[in-house]
Amino acid sequence: MNPIMDGKAHVFGNNINTDYIISGKYKFKSTDMKELSVHLMEDIRPGFHREIEPGNFIVGGTNFGMGSSREQAPLVIQAAGISAVLAQSFARIFFRNCINVGLPVIECDTSQISEGDELVVDLGKGVVINRTTGQEIKAVPLPQVMVKILSEGGLAQHFQKHGGFNLE
Amino acid sequence: MGTIAEEILSNHVGKKVRAGEIVVAPVDYMMSQDGTTPLTIKAFHDLGGQKVLDPSKYAIVIDHNVPSPLEGVSNLHKQMREFARKQGVKIFDIGEGVCHTLLPESGRVLPGMIVIGADSHTTTYGALNVFSTGVGSTDMAAALISGKMWFKVPQSIKIVYEGELQKGVYAKDVALHMVATLTANGATYKALEIYGSIIDDLSIEGRMTISNLAVETGAKAGLVHVDQKTIDYLKGKTDVPYKAVYATMDAHYDRVIVEDLSGMGPQIACPPDVDNVVGVEKVAGLKVDQVYIGTCTNGRYEDLEAAADILGGKHVNSHVRLIVAPASKETYLRALTSGIMEKLVRAGASVLTPSCGPCVGTCNGVPSDGEVVLSTANRNFKGRMGNTKAEIYLASPATAAYSAIKGCIADPREVLQ
Repeated sequence: MNPIMDGKAHVFGNNINTDYIISGKYKFKSTDMKELSVHLMEDIRPGFHREIEPGNFIVGGTNFGMGSSREQAPLVIQAAGISAVLAQSFARIFFRNCINVGLPVIECDTSQISEGDELVVDLGKGVVINRTTGQEIKAVPLPQVMVKILSEGGLAQHFQKHGGFNLE
Repeated sequence: MGTIAEEILSNHVGKKVRAGEIVVAPVDYMMSQDGTTPLTIKAFHDLGGQKVLDPSKYAIVIDHNVPSPLEGVSNLHKQMREFARKQGVKIFDIGEGVCHTLLPESGRVLPGMIVIGADSHTTTYGALNVFSTGVGSTDMAAALISGKMWFKVPQSIKIVYEGELQKGVYAKDVALHMVATLTANGATYKALEIYGSIIDDLSIEGRMTISNLAVETGAKAGLVHVDQKTIDYLKGKTDVPYKAVYATMDAHYDRVIVEDLSGMGPQIACPPDVDNVVGVEKVAGLKVDQVYIGTCTNGRYEDLEAAADILGGKHVNSHVRLIVAPASKETYLRALTSGIMEKLVRAGASVLTPSCGPCVGTCNGVPSDGEVVLSTANRNFKGRMGNTKAEIYLASPATAAYSAIKGCIADPREVLQ
């Protein structure tokens, strides 16, 4: 994971649920995330996977990732080439799952970001710079425990490194 | 001082912990289903797992996509069976029922426990005073290996529902009302504690409907305290001693909601969000094509009974398809013995194997373009049942049953007064 990332924004609305991220009708068939990733956001934006260039961002409104516990949601976003998800707020299970699989999630004011805006995300400084508008957006800091898991690449890497939880 | 969530987490870590603290706590029971187990197995290996630490604390349930409609699904089911056999863990295979009905019914989840499930509706066991919550596959795998999980001790919202429900108004209506009040993210990262005469009057099954919907407010848990009904429910299901956990008198709540629901009628969640709730009169008369009674929300015995009371001796409207999926084999057998199942079938129901049925769009009743579905499930998102061009409304089993007869959304109080 690169602490400084840049790419184009793909903007979605409020309450984007995990069924929209990857529909239930696909997720039971396969654990091949590359194969499933062509269906990312299919129900609300058909053909979305073709718009993505590697390193792009998904930008949501409030309560991004609400709904099910499916870890396919962050994995499919990763497999589609998205480098991070930015949103006003996140649903709890999705937020944890992103950290666990090493997908950066940035809680910040996304209201002024438009489709196609060029963003720079600096995880170290906790800021998002919108190159298109010049706006600098401050991110809500992650809890320390999540910073630790994310900086080690995810929970699998954390476990491999420490032989179990080493968070307290 | 502490809320139920704070008290349960404190009991598990051996010191008093309060909202906002991060704890690594032992987990008492774990569950994953066919949508999440294959990734749990993958994560288990990625985390370096060899053996499930305590196989007696884990169950795998094949309930979401059963019997398998496709070879890809069949192969994942096979992988789950092999993992269960190799690790010596309990597997509930096809036909046993829905995970959230099976765990309480088999006495696996008990008051005061911490339970995690790789399924968001794991909040259901809150009705039994269990701190239970949904997690992803990697968290599940970490808990299988270590027996633990990290938690942020949640703040709690206290809800008190007073009064007495009208005839024709059920736990599901209370639950939908609760989601509408709190909204889809009103309780994110928080636990709900639900009290009041309305909760006291409900059966354990009814309370499970409410705790089930807690996650639709973003909540981590939907907790109810233990009373005589809880004790009676657990009698015969377990020999394991358990300790009810109560909030202390001086517990601190983020928010307290007190409401009298005596005047509330049946509720309907309109597409495409669960918090988009209106009184039944607002959508009465809307033509429905398919009615589904079942799921972890409303597929238990008293749900089928409420539907059969209305459908018995009648027949569903000629343009309506009625699908019923009992939530467990036990429910199915009881409904067969008592005659409820015969009433439903004679009324025109197409009965599925005990499972999640068509709730998540995998099989067994995908609606066609432009159709309206009235379902007793917990989610009405666009495409949820497998077709983005269909619309899903959510209601109680009684509203669903009466609407199936009328051919349109209808108020069950018309026949129950």
